[in-house]
Amino acid sequence: MYAIETRNLVKKFGDIVAVDGISIRVKEGEIFGLLGPNGAGKTTTISILCCMIKPTSGEAYVNGYDILKHPNEVRKSIGIVFQEPAIDDRLTGRENMEIHAMLYNVPRKIMKQRIDEALELVELTDRADHLVRTYSGGMRRRLEIARGLIHRPKVLFLDEPSLGLDPQTRERIWDYIEGMAERENMTIILTTHYMEEADRLCDRVAIIDFGKIKVEGSPSELKNSLGGDVITVKTKELDKLAEIMSEYDFVKDVKKTSDALKLSVENGEEFISTIAIIARDNGVPVESLTHHKPTLNDVFLHYTGREIREEGGAGGMMMLRMMMGGRRR
Amino acid sequence: MSEWKLLKGETYGELRGVYAVWLREVKRYIRDRARLVSAVTGPIMWLLLFGVGVGGFLSQSGVNYVNFLFPGIVSQSLLFTSIYLGISIIWDREFGFLKEMLVAPIRRISVFSGKMFGGATDAFIQGLIVLSLAFVFGIWMDPLVFLACLMVMILTAFAFVSMSIVIASKIRSLESFSLIMTFINMPLFFSSGAIFPLDRAPGWLQTMGYFNPLTYVVDALRGLILGHQLVYYNPLTFQYDLLRTLLYGNHIFPLWLDLAVLVCFAAAMMMLGAYVFGRRK
Repeated sequence: MYAIETRNLVKKFGDIVAVDGISIRVKEGEIFGLLGPNGAGKTTTISILCCMIKPTSGEAYVNGYDILKHPNEVRKSIGIVFQEPAIDDRLTGRENMEIHAMLYNVPRKIMKQRIDEALELVELTDRADHLVRTYSGGMRRRLEIARGLIHRPKVLFLDEPSLGLDPQTRERIWDYIEGMAERENMTIILTTHYMEEADRLCDRVAIIDFGKIKVEGSPSELKNSLGGDVITVKTKELDKLAEIMSEYDFVKDVKKTSDALKLSVENGEEFISTIAIIARDNGVPVESLTHHKPTLNDVFLHYTGREIREEGGAGGMMMLRMMMGGRRR
Repeated sequence: MSEWKLLKGETYGELRGVYAVWLREVKRYIRDRARLVSAVTGPIMWLLLFGVGVGGFLSQSGVNYVNFLFPGIVSQSLLFTSIYLGISIIWDREFGFLKEMLVAPIRRISVFSGKMFGGATDAFIQGLIVLSLAFVFGIWMDPLVFLACLMVMILTAFAFVSMSIVIASKIRSLESFSLIMTFINMPLFFSSGAIFPLDRAPGWLQTMGYFNPLTYVVDALRGLILGHQLVYYNPLTFQYDLLRTLLYGNHIFPLWLDLAVLVCFAAAMMMLGAYVFGRRK
């Protein structure tokens, strides 16, 4: 049995197809990432799996339960941390946890112990009895993650767990997630548009764009599939250079971004000077040449033909809301 | 046997869910000092400034205006608080907590019930505070009448909180909030006869009042409080007068009609609320 299995999942909002035939299988105990830009359909997919919205067509099973026929069983067996904050800031951290425990019918006897453990895990024990209004963005996110654990879900959904957090806090959240997955042997589905996050945490990722899955595999598989290193050439004459470079055998693949050319080359470091010479001989001025091992960013570019943008509409809104939330204190 | 146990477990889970949602509502309300303070000062201003001011030149025979106004202000407080609390679902949606409740393994009707019971509890507490002001303003009530008033208030709170949740489910933005205050609160309040005798108003206004559920709340409370007020100093006929009030009322409608309308309205709003809230997109 798979922890998650979807078959040809489709969700339309009017004319817009948010999820366009997604089929995924996630094994128990796996950390699975849905990677894609804002508006790719990640959150919609998660909302369907959590029985928040109904799919237009297709099937989905969570822990073996049909999301349409047994939504309550599905909900009992999952935990979710939403992309946007979903805690009551007029209550204390502990009160938020207690209400959650009651909503999920965690037996009274073990409730307090579970809450204490979860608070401990995210290092919020000291602040547990303060109103959430006084928490920072990172603390709120940690509280939400802790809350998602109280009822010991078999599958935990994390929708953009580190969105809008500073790099340090992000690093800590990642540590928690890793530790948690190991200790509890939980299946984790996370959505993200941070390539670094997916690379660090996920056993397997699916790259999703415009509601469709472009490619699926472990981060290292995906990176190796590009067939070599990436050499980025910055130049004003992209088209001309692209045409010239694709003539050469050592160049496995050529992709254009807005201001640079990305070439896939095996043993890239040996070819940097060659590329510089070729460009000069053809009269193409080169601004810079860099070489690096492929990242998931390059994988994304390869399979979707465009770069992932870190600052999308929804993300921007989210940041704005967090800032406003901060000022209300 | 095991099926019975399973059913029992499930029911327990649902009830605990209702309790959790209720508890959150009540905790939030009690913590909101500003609201509690305005719960008392608002009605006091109405009674003291408006009531005494208008009452000064009315000088009606028999009933003094502050006494007449008092049940109206209790009703107003109930109405405004109930509407406000039901509408708070918009806030829950805006600030995300609605999702936390909807994704929990309880039925939507349980979330609705918790929200409704919670809102009704808060509105009731507020109403109780205002009703207790009666003793400050020298309006004396028999304990029995006081209890009867509480029953009417509970019913009212359920009805208007449910109504407000129904409205809130149809609204997506916080901006519409002030529209509701203007187009629901005000017409309901002014056409209910809370601040003037409806039976002496022009025909169109009376007709409007008959379709206004708050009219029956005002009428019931006024019947109970003033009806009792009139007979309080006549111990000889007290029993008879109270019975008469219960059966026929001494205001526009008999008390049983007020209660019947309120029960039907509350039941209809609760069912509608449960239906509207229960659907999944």
